[in-house]
Amino acid sequence: MSIHQRGKSLASRNSALSDTFFQLEVLNGKAVSDVRIPQFSETIKQAGFTSGVLKPTRIEIFQVNVGKLCNQTCAHCHVDAGPDRKAENMNRATFEKCLDILRRYDIPTVDITGGAPEMNPNFRWFVEECRALGKHVMDRCNLTIIMSNPKYRDLPQFFAEHQIEVVSSLPHYNARRTDSQRGDGVFGDSIKAIRLLNAIGYGQEGSDLKLNLVYNPTGTFLPGNQAALEHEFKTQLKRQHDVVFNNLYAITNMPISRFLDYLLESGQYESYMQGLLDAYNPSAVAGVMCRNTISVSWEGYLYDCDFNQMLDLKVAGSYVHVDDFDLDALENRNIVLNQHCYGCTAGAGSSCGGQVA
Amino acid sequence: MSTKHYFDPEDLKKFGNIAAWQKPMADKFFSWYAEVFKAGALTEREKALIALAVAHTVQCPYCIDAYTTDCLGKGADEEQMMEAVHVAAAIRAGSSLVFSTQMMNHAETQTF
Repeated sequence: MSIHQRGKSLASRNSALSDTFFQLEVLNGKAVSDVRIPQFSETIKQAGFTSGVLKPTRIEIFQVNVGKLCNQTCAHCHVDAGPDRKAENMNRATFEKCLDILRRYDIPTVDITGGAPEMNPNFRWFVEECRALGKHVMDRCNLTIIMSNPKYRDLPQFFAEHQIEVVSSLPHYNARRTDSQRGDGVFGDSIKAIRLLNAIGYGQEGSDLKLNLVYNPTGTFLPGNQAALEHEFKTQLKRQHDVVFNNLYAITNMPISRFLDYLLESGQYESYMQGLLDAYNPSAVAGVMCRNTISVSWEGYLYDCDFNQMLDLKVAGSYVHVDDFDLDALENRNIVLNQHCYGCTAGAGSSCGGQVA
Repeated sequence: MSTKHYFDPEDLKKFGNIAAWQKPMADKFFSWYAEVFKAGALTEREKALIALAVAHTVQCPYCIDAYTTDCLGKGADEEQMMEAVHVAAAIRAGSSLVFSTQMMNHAETQTF
């Protein structure tokens, strides 16, 4: 079944929010909304970061966003990805520079994301090279890409052959909830793709092949308890569809890009930001992912996380590109903070690996 | 301040203000309330669904808003939420209908 897209990218709609500067103006109460919440850097002073500065612990994850091209146009996408984003994709030369860095430095994990990263023509080669370097490789696979075209149907075998950890978004075990966020037909194709992954050992008990699912709210509410959600997902997906997975990561929707657009359009921006602030959890600050991750854009620029990347907030300092990657300098940088960071410290916290507190 | 309507969604945010007029009792209530909704023999999702059903029975618009959001956040889907409301509605309907046995008993005494 083909996917019926929820809408178009902000870029193709020429939305004002496709300008990252404008998004930052909104988040800081200077455009559209005059709601002002305390500066995140001020708030974290009470969490033990007394100077309002957040430093990395150690860079353990090299997250590569290989581009914005995707077969889906999800309502909440912080990347503003979609089928129309054909121009913004990492080229071979930039991938080579990433591999140089991974060769030089002991960064154990490569986390590949997009868009649908498998649509980048260099994807399989890059995975093979990373594995040859002994790196643990994670692929943030949207599942439906596997069913979208016969040329992707063998991805489960490819993942298994290279022992790739598959991390896949499935916002609900209910088709209506999932499709409302990701497009009509997404849930059905996702289940078919999980069956293919399960059939070769992914997500099965006792297997080394890991399939982890990502839950994020299909609306303007915050995620509930991750362990409880995982239990419910496992029970319902097994009962209703006879499919299995390993862990569920609960991630908060970040008030940027298309989700910010939705919040503004639906008149819920102020209440969502207030909700994030009300749910602020000081104990989540120490575990945020920007402390052990470096995020690389399709153009090779360096960011503290994928969200900063989408707001074009490059890492602080003079080494901002893979051309001049300096691990020591990066591990001593100040992480760039802004108001969207409240999304990672609400409730039990949120990261690409789920809850942090 | 007088208003021209009885329910304002903004008032839900003021719930904590009830402590201003009787703090010890409010503190006990909110502490007990928080304890009630923690996972125990029932999961947090199951408790949220019970709360949603009761909210419909007591017809509290604040509670309906609050526990609709809470159910969604705890992973409940539309079917579960609507089934919970049907349970509440069924008990309400049943509680009327079961009194018809009294009607029938009384009618028995009043007729040949």
